[in-house]
Amino acid sequence: MTAFAVPSNLAVSENGFLFVPTSGETFTLNKLGISIFKLMQKGADTEEIIDALLEEYDIDKTTLEKDFTDFVNQLKHHNLIEEK
Amino acid sequence: MEKKIYEKPAITKHHSGFMNKFGSSPVTTPKSEVDGVSVNAIADQYGSPVFVLSERRIRENFRNTLRTFKTRYPKVQYAWSYKTNYLNAVCSIFHQEGSWAEVVSEFEYDRARKLGIPGKYIIFNGPDKSEQALLKAIEDGAKIHVDHFDELYKIIELSEKTEKKPQLAIRVNMDTGIYPKWDRFGFNYENGEAMEALRRIVMQPTLKLIGLHTHIGTYMMSAEAYRIAARKMVVLANELFTKYETKLDYIDMGGGFPSNNTLKGQYLQAEQVLPTIEDFADAVTSELFRISYHGSDMPTLILESGRSLIDDAGFLISTIIANKRLSDGKKATIMDGGVNILFTSFWYKHKISPAQPTGLSTENSTIYGPLCMNIDVLREDIVLPNLKVGDRVVIHHVGAYNMTQWMQFITLRPNIVMVMEDGTTELIRESEDLEYIMSREKLPAKLSEFKL
Repeated sequence: MTAFAVPSNLAVSENGFLFVPTSGETFTLNKLGISIFKLMQKGADTEEIIDALLEEYDIDKTTLEKDFTDFVNQLKHHNLIEEK
Repeated sequence: MEKKIYEKPAITKHHSGFMNKFGSSPVTTPKSEVDGVSVNAIADQYGSPVFVLSERRIRENFRNTLRTFKTRYPKVQYAWSYKTNYLNAVCSIFHQEGSWAEVVSEFEYDRARKLGIPGKYIIFNGPDKSEQALLKAIEDGAKIHVDHFDELYKIIELSEKTEKKPQLAIRVNMDTGIYPKWDRFGFNYENGEAMEALRRIVMQPTLKLIGLHTHIGTYMMSAEAYRIAARKMVVLANELFTKYETKLDYIDMGGGFPSNNTLKGQYLQAEQVLPTIEDFADAVTSELFRISYHGSDMPTLILESGRSLIDDAGFLISTIIANKRLSDGKKATIMDGGVNILFTSFWYKHKISPAQPTGLSTENSTIYGPLCMNIDVLREDIVLPNLKVGDRVVIHHVGAYNMTQWMQFITLRPNIVMVMEDGTTELIRESEDLEYIMSREKLPAKLSEFKL
């Protein structure tokens, strides 16, 4: 399964503030966004992330997969992650 | 262990220098009911998309507007603008409230007659009145508002053959300081055509001049323009009185009052920039009192506003078909109500609300309709909460024009439902089906067979 490379200089705060030191850009992540980003930093792959979230949240797998794919695309769009 | 409430993962990029102090906050408050009837229940029963009209709101709008004018001027009469929404149920509400009918074609004229409106309560406007339509209107005693000299001479010709005297007013166009000037309808005030037309009618013994009509524009954002228009109408009326001792039964100031929809390209929200109905009423009535008749002979003020009376009584319930990303990362949402049934989305930034509670995170999106056509865009930019496939939304302020100006294109036109004052719902126009559309077509015999 796909894992993600998160640049080591990126950190996300408890309330979801994300700062990119190289460009000066800043972002806000919502709660689920923070959880996913942190799991990615730990090296979790797509399947592990989906499984962990299904365990924790009241949501069906199809919706979660769609939303996850959309979220990953946005992170890639902003050059915040790369797929390994 | 109980699971946590889910909200779609989201990331928002921060922008500096883009703050808009006039901007409204994104719409996350759900619109879950219309006059107490659940939006989801309506869509479950009548399908999606579905238009919903509120009987209560129509009556309230009408009564409020009429009261606003009646407290300023003694004689006020409303005529419902059929083209704004000529569904029988809608017209009947206005007629129950005392409105006459204002029609602009033979088709609309026949609709009003079929609904039981006597000719004398029909105002017949518009540039295209056939000889057949004019004869009908003369016979019924309808109020015919003449648009051009060719029509006037046609009526003079007809009046010499008919027993009944045509009841005439002329439509006057004028410079009221606004752009664009609506000079394509009626006779111009400044160049003297209007007075010339009036003189011609007064001099013709087979005609009866009963009124003056103007309609200075649509979605008018200035009350001052109405003041100027009313002043010019009074000048004409006074001139008729002094020169020909002719008194008018009425002065028809038309319509054109805006609704609370924000126009495309309009920076501020509609509510922040539009004059109130009181402003319009003040402007019109204060000028009418300058007429040089004696008290009880004052002409009746006729009004024909449509949009401002019904726009906010109409809603379109629509369902999310899909979400996707455009090439630049922007979110796009496709819903099942498109520009084919929402003509006004070409010029309004319609407000769209979710029909159910949503999460707090929002995102700027483009809203597309279901048509496989590039033009099918309901909103180019709107900040909405995340909506899932199957979620319903409510599009606001769609009561004016959409249900008459819509087109049958690619898909069929949907049901129209009215929420009645007692909280029940009534189907007032059934959705079209394939049979209904095909029944008008004829297939030439030689084209009826083919082999692939």
